[in-house]
Parts: sequence; structure tokens; C-alpha cells
Amino acid sequence: MTIRVPAREPVPHIVSPEPFDPYSVEAMTPRQERYYQASQWRLMWWRFRRHKIAVVSAVVLLLLYASVLVSEILAPYGLESRNPGFLLAPPQQVHLFHDGRLVGPFVYGLNYALNMENLRREYTDDPASVQPLRFFCRGDRYSFWGLVDSDFHVICPAQGGTLFLLGTDRLGRDMLSRIIYGTRISLTVGLLGITISLLLGMTLGGIAGYYGGKADMLIQRLIEVLRSFPELPLWMALSAALPVDWSPIVIYFGITIILGLLDWTGLARAVRSKLLALREEDFCAAAMLMGASPQRIIRRHLLPSFMSHIIASATLSIPSMILGETALSFLGLGLRPPITSWGVLLSESQNINVVVLYPWLMLPVVPVMVVVLAFNFFGDGLRDAADPYSH
Amino acid sequence: MLDYLVRRILVMIPTLIAISLITFTIIQLPPGDYLTTHIEELRSQGEAVDQSKIDFLRQQYGLDLPFHEKYLSWAWGFLHGDFGYSFEYNLPVSAVVGDRLMLSMILSFATVVFTWVVAFPIGVYSATHRYSAADHTLTFLGFLGLATPNFLFALVLLYFTNVLFGTSVGGLMDPKYIGQPWSLGKFGSVVEHLLVPVIVIGTSGTAGMIRRLRANLLDELNKLYVTTARAKGLPPGRALIKYPLRMALNPFIADIGNLLPQIVSGAAIVSVVLSLPTTGPMLLSALQSQDMYLAGSFLMFLAMLTVIGVLLSDIALAMLDPRIRLHGGVTR
Repeated sequence: MTIRVPAREPVPHIVSPEPFDPYSVEAMTPRQERYYQASQWRLMWWRFRRHKIAVVSAVVLLLLYASVLVSEILAPYGLESRNPGFLLAPPQQVHLFHDGRLVGPFVYGLNYALNMENLRREYTDDPASVQPLRFFCRGDRYSFWGLVDSDFHVICPAQGGTLFLLGTDRLGRDMLSRIIYGTRISLTVGLLGITISLLLGMTLGGIAGYYGGKADMLIQRLIEVLRSFPELPLWMALSAALPVDWSPIVIYFGITIILGLLDWTGLARAVRSKLLALREEDFCAAAMLMGASPQRIIRRHLLPSFMSHIIASATLSIPSMILGETALSFLGLGLRPPITSWGVLLSESQNINVVVLYPWLMLPVVPVMVVVLAFNFFGDGLRDAADPYSH
Repeated sequence: MLDYLVRRILVMIPTLIAISLITFTIIQLPPGDYLTTHIEELRSQGEAVDQSKIDFLRQQYGLDLPFHEKYLSWAWGFLHGDFGYSFEYNLPVSAVVGDRLMLSMILSFATVVFTWVVAFPIGVYSATHRYSAADHTLTFLGFLGLATPNFLFALVLLYFTNVLFGTSVGGLMDPKYIGQPWSLGKFGSVVEHLLVPVIVIGTSGTAGMIRRLRANLLDELNKLYVTTARAKGLPPGRALIKYPLRMALNPFIADIGNLLPQIVSGAAIVSVVLSLPTTGPMLLSALQSQDMYLAGSFLMFLAMLTVIGVLLSDIALAMLDPRIRLHGGVTR
């Protein structure tokens, strides 16, 4: 038996006649080039953009913070405008069609009757009274940021009509307007608090991480002690210590300081551990040999290289402050009326009757949850982006 | 082991001293004291004030002494089981605090157990089924639990247990059992009433626990020894349980240090909403009426609860993990 070996084809000529550029191997695609030449911040931005939920959260937060600037204009009513005829009215629905005819956005007027059996206030839609909404209109007078008097609103009820999109509270004040005003306080509490906490955390964490030794020991112990306190009871004790005769605005600053004073421990730990790792790096030794002062080394060389991490962890600790303020105000130890925050609004819904009879009084919890979730996702995205060189 | 234990307890002493100092400073912060406020209140109502009793109390509790002397006598008393005098209740603090503290401890313990029981299966599941629909859903639910203010969640849950199961609203037991001797029915009623607070307080801590367990387990699962075990033909269940799971369980115990303060915090506000006879509501009223020794004792006890909890978890961890025991290293 013979094995048939297939006849060999002649090997084709493989040398390319094209001129050869020896550097073509090292050359980068434009994409790679862009990547390697990008600054750290640009890389972070690219990395952040990939985290879709974080981007959406960032947009939500941005919109909310922008609304803080123009709360007066966005709210259909003033913060304290009472509607004595409409106490604890349920949310009014916006309709478009009346009797099969397009009217544009409108609400039906409310009929009020007191149920004599259980003494409940009962509101029903009055189909006869169609109240079209007005946009970019004149409504309740207000003082814009306490400086300029005006009465311009984005949306107002019909002349002589009502517009309670989220119902009213026990004094007949519009919940939506109060929530919009509350945003201003609730969101800034978190920002001011985190600023204080950042300053404290970076200073103390910086000292502990850079100098080490005794100072490190002392600060570590202090952090341990503060962390073993349950947060809320300590907040409660401190805010109960704020004098009763202080004005609400001073109390507001007092509360933010209290929130910041107890929150810095986590940040300080992050700063410390980062510094401990970074100060062993060569560029740090070089700066030291050239005679730079510790302050200069920390500020010029160390801070920039871990600033992104610190911002990310700071973002992640804002939600706990917002929740803390909400809890304190709910207990009556936090902000006091007329300062209105989401927590102050929620303190109206302290008992179970509200859940049964007036569930719309619990609506301020929605923005609380949205903001807390958004900050969590945003912070997660930032944390991933903070280290753009890792893969 | 003994060496580690002794060192660990010695470290605790300065911590406790610092805690007591901070606590005492805080309760001293508000201007005035309970007695002055109280006397003024009585005078404005035109009532006679028993000056001799007031003087006695002032002297007894050294309200006019300088700060450091007041602190030393308070701390000295604390060490001997004399926690001071509750002006509001007209009783020694120890007589007021006892039951409530016990209940707070039971509540915290039940919540820790709840957190473990819930976090364990979910954490393992979402680590082994990474990026599945269930993983995403559970993670989102965890986030939601984190974002909902405890007190409101408690109210809503209270309403639903009332509607669905007819549980009486608020308190620790059904009103008909109050003042009755312990029986099976009373015990059942207490358990039924503890369910809502335990779930509510538990939700916030559970989310964090799930995330940590998931992350730890994923780290372990990516290690080479797991690959080797699989390659040798170990069944997947055994390859998961035998080593990776045991390694990943460390945070369950190590994290008590983070979990306990969180739980005690949550318990304080939830108890106010649900009017549970724990430390929370009483601490609140003591703070509002400047009943300083009562408030101070509560703060001190709550902080001690966490410090001792952390100590116990460190000891348990040292027993479980020889690396910590032998190096005597810092845990967590």
C-alpha cells in the first residue's frame, strides 16, 4: 500500500514590494495616542462617562441644585401662603380633556364637605369648575432670596382657583411649594456639612498620615472613640444642646456644624491611608531632598494626587448627612420652622393616622430617597473614575 | 491568645475614659441645669419650692462644683454602679434605666441576627450569580433600603402589619398583656411586636453587609486555589463551601464594629416612632428636659454597648482566624 503524498504547491513570493517603514510598529492609532496624551482629569471624565447610572444621577443632582437657585419662581405658591378653605386637601390631578374636548392642562375645582360621622374632611372634584393652569404668570408675592420683591412664577393656579399638585398640609399650605423650598435647605445642609467634614478630615488625616508616630497614634485613637459612639444619639445630644433662644438661621448653621463635626472620621482615615502609601513614592523623597517644607510637599505634591479619591468619598458621605438632618428634624431636635427642610416637612407625618388618612404628607420622602440614591450612584461612579490608570 | 486578650482589654480602657469625658462634656453643654429650670417653672406657677430638698440635691450631685470635680465624682460613681439621679423621674438613674437597657440590648442582638440571616443567602447568591437579573434587583433593593428614612419605613410597615395581621399599633406587646405574668401568649405578642423594628433597623445594615460579603466572596472565588479545586473535579457546591465561603465569612464578625453603632442609631429613632420602651424615647425626653444624668447614662451605656460588642467580635475573630491571633494585628 502506498501513501499518496499530495504534490507540493510552489510557495508564493511573500516579500511585499511596498517600501517598509520600521517605525510603523511603534506608531499608535489616533485613539491610543489620544488616550496616552490625555491629562488625568480627562481620563477620569472618560472613565466616568462610561458609568451610565452615575451620569444620570449627576444630571439629576445638577438639576436639583439648579432649582435651589430659583425655588421662589418654580413654586406655584409661597412658602407660608395658607389656604384656609383647603386644609389637608388631597393632591389634584391634572387633566387635558374636558367633555371630550381638549382644554389643555387644567384641574377641577375642589368641593369640600365635612363628613359628620367620622369628622373627616372630604374633598371631591367639581366637574363644573374647570381651572386651566397658567404658565409664566403672576401669583403669590415673594421676596427673591430676600432681596428683590416679585410675583413671577413658572406655573400658577387659575385666577381664584387652586393648584395643589401634591395636596396641602394641616394649615392649607401647598405641599409641592413647600417641598421645593425645602430642597434649598436640605441640599445645602449636606454641602455645608461635607465642607466642614472635609476640612477637618484632610487636616487631621493629613497630620496623622504625614507625620505618623505620636500624632498618628493620638488621632487614630480619637477616630476610634468617635466611631464607637452611635451617630444619631450623639447628634441628638449635641443638637439638644443648642440654646433655645438662637434664631432659626443660626440653628441651621449649628446643625450643619454638628453633622460635619462627627462625620470627618471616615475621610480622615481615607486621607491617612493614601498619604501613608504616597509619601513612600520617589517624587516625594525628591521634593524632601530639595528642601521643600512639609506643608509644601503635602499641598503641591501629595494633595493633587489623591484629591479625586477624597472627593469621591466625600460625595458618598453626603447622603448620611441629609438623612441625619431629616431624622433630627423629624424628632424635633433639628431645624425649626420657619426654616423648612424635608425633615421638617416629614415631622408632620409623625403618627400612623397620616399613613391612613393623609398619605400625601409623606411625599417629602420621595426627594429624600431620590437625592440619597443619586448621591450614592454618583459617588460610586466618581470612585471608579478616581483611579483612571487602573483597569 | 491570652496575651492578645489582655492587650485588647487594656486598649479599651483609655477608649472608655475618652468616651466618658466626651459624654460628660456634651451633657454639660446646655446653659443652666435641670434644677434651675425646674425651680423657675415652679416659681412662675406660684408654687412653693422645697428649698432644703433642692439644696440637698445640689450638694449631693455637686451641681455647683467646677467641671473637673463634677466629672470625677460622676465617673467615680459610674464605676460603683451609682449613675446619678434622674431629676425628672425623682429616682436614681439605675432604677429608671434597667429594663430599657435590657430591651435595647435584646433589640440590637435580634437585629444583628436578622442582618446575618438575610445578608448571608443573598450575598452568596449574588456573588455566585454575578450580574444576573436577580443580582441587580437585590442590589437595587439594598440601595432602596439604605435610602429610605427608617422612621417613615417603620410607620408604613406598622400600618401594614396592623391591617394584614391585626397587630396592635406601637408598644412592645398587646395592651392586654401589660402587667400580666409571662406566658406563651405574651411572649408571642412581644416577638410579633419586635418584628417591625427589627426589619426596619435591619434593612439599612443589611445592604452594606450584602455588598461586603459579595465583594469578599468574589475576591476569594477568583483565587487560584478555587480554580485548582474545580480543575481537580470537586463538585461546585463543595468548591464553594469548603474554603472560599469560610474565608468570606470574616466580615460577618469583623463588621460588628461598624454594624452596632448603626443599629443602635437606627433603634433610637425607630423606637421613638413605634413608642417602644427602649432607651431611644427616654433619651430623647431626657435630652429635651436637660435631665443630664439620665441622658448621660444613656449615651454612656449606648457607647459601651458598641465598645463591648466590638471587643466580643474581636475575640471571636481572633479565635476563628489564626492570622489575627498570632500577629496580634489590628482587626477590620
